[in-house]
Amino acid sequence: MSDLKSVSSSPHIRDKATTSFIMLMVVIALLPATVFGVIQFKLPALSLILVSVATCVLTEYLYEKLMHRKITIGDFSAVVTGLLLALNLPPTLPWWIAVIGSVFAILVVKQLFGGLGQNFMNPALGARCFLLISFTARMTSFAYDGVTGPTPLAVLKSGGGVNTLDMVIGRIPGTIGETSVIAIMIGAIFLILMGIIDLRIPGTYLVTFVVFLIIFGGHGFDMNYITAQLAGGGLMLGAWFMATDYVTSPITKTGQIVYGILLGVLTGVFRLFGPSAEGVSYAIIISNLLVPLIERITLPKAFGKGGKRA
Amino acid sequence: MARLTFKGGIHPYDGKDLSKDKAIVSVLPKGELVFPLSQHIGAPAKPVVAKGDPVLRGQLIAEAGGFVSAPVHSSVSGTVKGIEPRLTVTGTLMDAIIIENDGKYEEVPYEAVDDVSALTKEEIIKRIQNAGIVGMGGAGFPTHVKLSPKEPEKIEYIIANCAECEPYLTSDYRRMLEEPEKLVGGLKVILSLFDNAKGILAVEDNKPDCITLLKQVAKDEPRIEVKALKTKYPQGAERMLIYAATDRMINSSMLPADAGCIVNNVDTIVAVYKAVVEGKPLMERIVTVTGDAIKDPRNFCVHTGTIYAELIDEAGGFKQEPAKIVSGGPMMGFGIYDLNVPTTKTSSALLCMTKDEIAMYEPSNCINCGRCVEGCPEHLIPSRLADYAEHYDEAAFQKWDGMECCECGCCSFVCPAKRCLTQSIKSMRKMILANRKKK
Repeated sequence: MSDLKSVSSSPHIRDKATTSFIMLMVVIALLPATVFGVIQFKLPALSLILVSVATCVLTEYLYEKLMHRKITIGDFSAVVTGLLLALNLPPTLPWWIAVIGSVFAILVVKQLFGGLGQNFMNPALGARCFLLISFTARMTSFAYDGVTGPTPLAVLKSGGGVNTLDMVIGRIPGTIGETSVIAIMIGAIFLILMGIIDLRIPGTYLVTFVVFLIIFGGHGFDMNYITAQLAGGGLMLGAWFMATDYVTSPITKTGQIVYGILLGVLTGVFRLFGPSAEGVSYAIIISNLLVPLIERITLPKAFGKGGKRA
Repeated sequence: MARLTFKGGIHPYDGKDLSKDKAIVSVLPKGELVFPLSQHIGAPAKPVVAKGDPVLRGQLIAEAGGFVSAPVHSSVSGTVKGIEPRLTVTGTLMDAIIIENDGKYEEVPYEAVDDVSALTKEEIIKRIQNAGIVGMGGAGFPTHVKLSPKEPEKIEYIIANCAECEPYLTSDYRRMLEEPEKLVGGLKVILSLFDNAKGILAVEDNKPDCITLLKQVAKDEPRIEVKALKTKYPQGAERMLIYAATDRMINSSMLPADAGCIVNNVDTIVAVYKAVVEGKPLMERIVTVTGDAIKDPRNFCVHTGTIYAELIDEAGGFKQEPAKIVSGGPMMGFGIYDLNVPTTKTSSALLCMTKDEIAMYEPSNCINCGRCVEGCPEHLIPSRLADYAEHYDEAAFQKWDGMECCECGCCSFVCPAKRCLTQSIKSMRKMILANRKKK
């Protein structure tokens, strides 16, 4: 018998998980927050989500087509980017700003640096920060039940009181996907159970942030204040869905801890001492830039190079 | 007590159910037999027979080509048909002695020993050396060299590698179930070489029946202990096994003996028993013929030199056209394109799969998910090493400890982007080793 069989170097078997499966799981995990956002902010939110996702996928397709590259929209990573970006936008935003943001995310942050896996910062957050700088007023105007008003975090920053139960449930103004802690946590727990993310980054992030608050927040160990800070703004969405982005977080296990601590400290600094009440987006993209350095100082020691097990 | 294991590793589908309950069946070769002169690490053996010579089963046909080498014996009686290059499992041509089987199986007389304790250590090593025993787990390192460390008094553990962590393989499992006395007996022979050593039978805990049986057989042996290891691939890799069984760590530049350990595979130890006690050279081994393309997966006791194609027939042939055939296990075995190659001392399995899971997927960009880092038992960063390998960046590859890789395949297995990580790293390692030799 010599009807040539496939020959290749070992190993000869593969795990079932693929990149598109992982991305699909992230999309599914974002659905609770997405659905909650649509129920809360109605049609404008839905159209923003659809516009962002469609623009992201289309931009990726057109760029790859024009550049004669392999079309990779089937890996769902552009869908994840579009969805995450939309969830980070205020529901009242005009649709064309979402289009600009989506094109920026995919074209500038992702494709110009080599496509999937090569971007140095989270595309959705990069685009959000770009929009924040370019359209500051529109990006920071939030309405709830048709009334424009400050977000609970802004109220908190100016010394006012907030209803933490409303914040946990999500009955507050904010971006489309960030308001409900419960909806976000359902997705996060799903991702943890599926083995897509683990607690290293979000865990150290949140713990560091809380410690920072207790020390520098000026309220000491005030549960109400801490809960409000945790539930407010983009912290939950950022910690569970964007800080955990594989591409822009360290690959080393120790590095992930360092990264989480850095995120917690930066978020604390921006929220407490910065001009804005928010700080998660900037904390994450700045930490993204430091990932190569973090990896370099946290290289694991190869097996057997350290001697005996302690 | 925490289960004995290591950090990293993977849990692939193990496929052992296909063949684990099939008792070992002896297979008699039909056609000619092929004995490659290099079935081991080290210098090739030198033929001592010529075309036309009659040979008996158990007769020496090629002598060792040096100290790090091993002799080859005929597994059948018959006539030498020639000495010529033949295709082997690795895909290369290798000089081999071809023997026409006369079907009589006339044997040379064997020098059995009634009392092993009457033999000196040198005599025992000599008997192992003359029997042509090599590491039968796959590496093929001559066993007498392994058993002759510089400082034998510093050897504290003789570990029998009964992990059999490769998916689908059940040859060691059957051997343990069917001939536990010979395994324990062989371990005792090896222990008699090392006065300060204890024997450890290290078995993965997915084989509870073996653990119970071995404990029972070894219950009166104060120097032998059975240890259950957590079931995880690559638990049977030498460095991982030593760590799990003794808590000691070695790296690529060290030998197990540096940590006071010597590791031998199940079949090797049984071969040591047969060589020292029964005086029989190595000419048989257990081969698992399995996979979803095989009609009747089995464990065969095979005369080395038997052509693989005959084993497929013995196992009922194919029930479905195989897409890929592997000699050895799916994680570290060799893909073969021609079944007309001989079994050797290191052939542990013939795996016929209806799907080629490597060709099924196209590699895509790394998404930095870290699954390879989590799976790497050597605590490396396979995705980066593969990048360096693909760019032929020798310096960076070595700086990131690429030479520590044990080529177990975990990183390629888990990669969701389906990158060929192990494959890239492996070829880079080969290139660096070759360059080092040139210097």
